[in-house]
Amino acid sequence: MSATPPSAVAPTRLSVRDALAEAVAGMLRRPGRAVLTALGTVLGVGSFVAVLGLTATISAQIDGRFNVLTATEVSVEDVAAQQNEFAGPGFPADAEQRLRAVAGIEHAGVLWTVRLDSRTTVGPLPSGAGDPATGTAVVAASPGAVAALVPTLQQGRLYDDFAERGHERVVVIGSGLAARLGITTLATRPALYIGQEPFTVAGIVADLERRPEHLMSVLVPRATAEQLWGPPAPGAASVLIATELGAARQVADLAPLALRPDHPEYLKAVPPPDPRMLRSGVTADLSALFLLLAGICLVIGAVGIANTTLVAVLERTGEIGLRRALGARGRHVSAQFLTESAALGALGGLVGTSLGEMTVVGVCLVRDWTPVIHPVTVAAAPLTGLVTGLLAGLYPAWRAARVEPAEALRR
Amino acid sequence: MRLLRRQSRQDPQPSDEGDSPVIELRGVGLTYPGPPPVEALHPCDLTVRRGEFITVVGPSGSGKSTFLNVAGLLDSPTSGRYLLDGIDTAALPDRERTALRGRRIGFVFQSFHLLPHRSALENVALAMLYTGIPRAQRLVRARAALDQVGLGHRTGAVPGRLSGGERQRVAIARALVGRPSLLLCDEPTGNLDSANAASVLGLLDDLHGAGMTVLVITHDPEVARRGHRTVTIRDGRLHP
Ligand SMILES: Nc1ncnc2c1ncn2[C@@H]1O[C@H](COP(=O)(O)OP(=O)(O)OP(=O)(O)O)[C@@H](O)[C@H]1O
Ligand SMILES: [Mg+2]
Repeated sequence: MSATPPSAVAPTRLSVRDALAEAVAGMLRRPGRAVLTALGTVLGVGSFVAVLGLTATISAQIDGRFNVLTATEVSVEDVAAQQNEFAGPGFPADAEQRLRAVAGIEHAGVLWTVRLDSRTTVGPLPSGAGDPATGTAVVAASPGAVAALVPTLQQGRLYDDFAERGHERVVVIGSGLAARLGITTLATRPALYIGQEPFTVAGIVADLERRPEHLMSVLVPRATAEQLWGPPAPGAASVLIATELGAARQVADLAPLALRPDHPEYLKAVPPPDPRMLRSGVTADLSALFLLLAGICLVIGAVGIANTTLVAVLERTGEIGLRRALGARGRHVSAQFLTESAALGALGGLVGTSLGEMTVVGVCLVRDWTPVIHPVTVAAAPLTGLVTGLLAGLYPAWRAARVEPAEALRR
Repeated sequence: MRLLRRQSRQDPQPSDEGDSPVIELRGVGLTYPGPPPVEALHPCDLTVRRGEFITVVGPSGSGKSTFLNVAGLLDSPTSGRYLLDGIDTAALPDRERTALRGRRIGFVFQSFHLLPHRSALENVALAMLYTGIPRAQRLVRARAALDQVGLGHRTGAVPGRLSGGERQRVAIARALVGRPSLLLCDEPTGNLDSANAASVLGLLDDLHGAGMTVLVITHDPEVARRGHRTVTIRDGRLHP
């Protein structure tokens, strides 16, 4: 008798849908165990999402702080006294005009905090009378320096070069100080006394984007201050430069030379910090450490899934034998256990992603940050769980495929 | 049970080799490799024709299960030729052997082998999981098979909630739902009391009456008498 061609019997198969249904049924057999098994992956994926999310969030905070304002600010310090004690003031009188020749500068000017003796107070009346605003600093600032502070004018006007040249007795004050001094309107041309010297309040500023601490100071034209209280103490003065975007480093290189071509070493220009260095410095080490920990969690999670799946294969040897008797091929049995472990991993990944996101949002709520999680992180995290489960299921699935049906059914 | 007969007669046998024997063993033997090697089945010849009810008896350890594993394609013989429905199984790759096993043979085991956390219906439907029948149709057919074995009212019960006899009837429903050419039963009443055993044997009688080829392995001479023909196996030797 000749053998019938093998094609007489259609091969058996297992559809993806059925494999998924069997895997879910297998997980539901022992729901408690499934949850515990997925826990390792939950922790691993959760910490991945939390670490990546927090890193992104912190970077965003730094990016926020390191804005256009910081990137376009250069300050020049007077270090002349340190170089040579007979050098005199580091900045020339025509500092502002000299800086106008440097390309890339928007505003620039000299400013320093005027040293007053302790009896000289700032108030609505001459010193010794009335109620002075104690602790108020007087800052000599050239018109260019005031502009570089990026003031938002509330009332009146800023003093200009004309006022500077005329040694006018005018001041600009912050709205906070104005409220403290009881000045509500400039229409009455209110006066302000520094010591015995009366000044006209030219303007009130609501905000200073740079050096906002000067909102509580009195800004006086540089020439006026020099005339009244003498030149700044050695090293007290500095030049504040607002540059065009991207010009800061170049300006920092050129400014000392432009100001003091004879002795550029008397001046020290401070460029803005490199944002990339700033960010990596803060977070790189920490996030690398946490990512390592998350990776360890994930490996532990994978070992947990591998272990449970292997135990399930051994426990369910009879079931494997039965399925083989019902027409399952070795690969169908493999696929079932692989799907089961992958589903466990994916479940852990999904729960872990949610927990990680909740951690990031929670930390942001406490620290008043804006949570930033890269979409790739959110998409990749459950996938990571799935892949972890798949890898973990490889060995148990291989074992399951090798179970001899006759052997398995003997149990 | 009249319902059962009618329905089964309507179902054409899946085999197209109507005249060829269901089982044809020619010098088939099996030696477990060991060590030490165990010749569990000495080379033997046996022919089982379509529609026969044959019983295999023998004492414990005589090789009955070994014989069933060979007949059921769960184990490959180490010698001889085995033709199932006229198909030479020795030449088949694993894929075809598995397909033949899944589509042409129904198994009833002594220990039932029901999945514990699945309902009776799901357990029966499992028999068609690998045959490519859509799920909805699998459930319809599983329900019909449970009706056939008189368990139409217990479809939702998990095996733990069923009596021994009911469990074995679920297992029989699972074995027959795929409309196999051959029903192989290894000690189907071994774990049952006499009343349950009687109901299971009555069911097998009915299936045979409906045209199914049935092979029952037992160590119980009482059960063996049910068959058309009894084959004795002793120390791995088959005595027709
Ligand atoms: N995998 C194996 N390797 C080696 N020897 C085996 C193996 N399986 C079974 N045997 C031996 O083969 C012989 C037949 O075993 P088998 O299980 O077929 O007996 P049986 O007739 O079904 O017995 P029982 O009535 O107790 O179920 C026994 O001696 C047994 O020890
Ligand atoms: Mg046996």
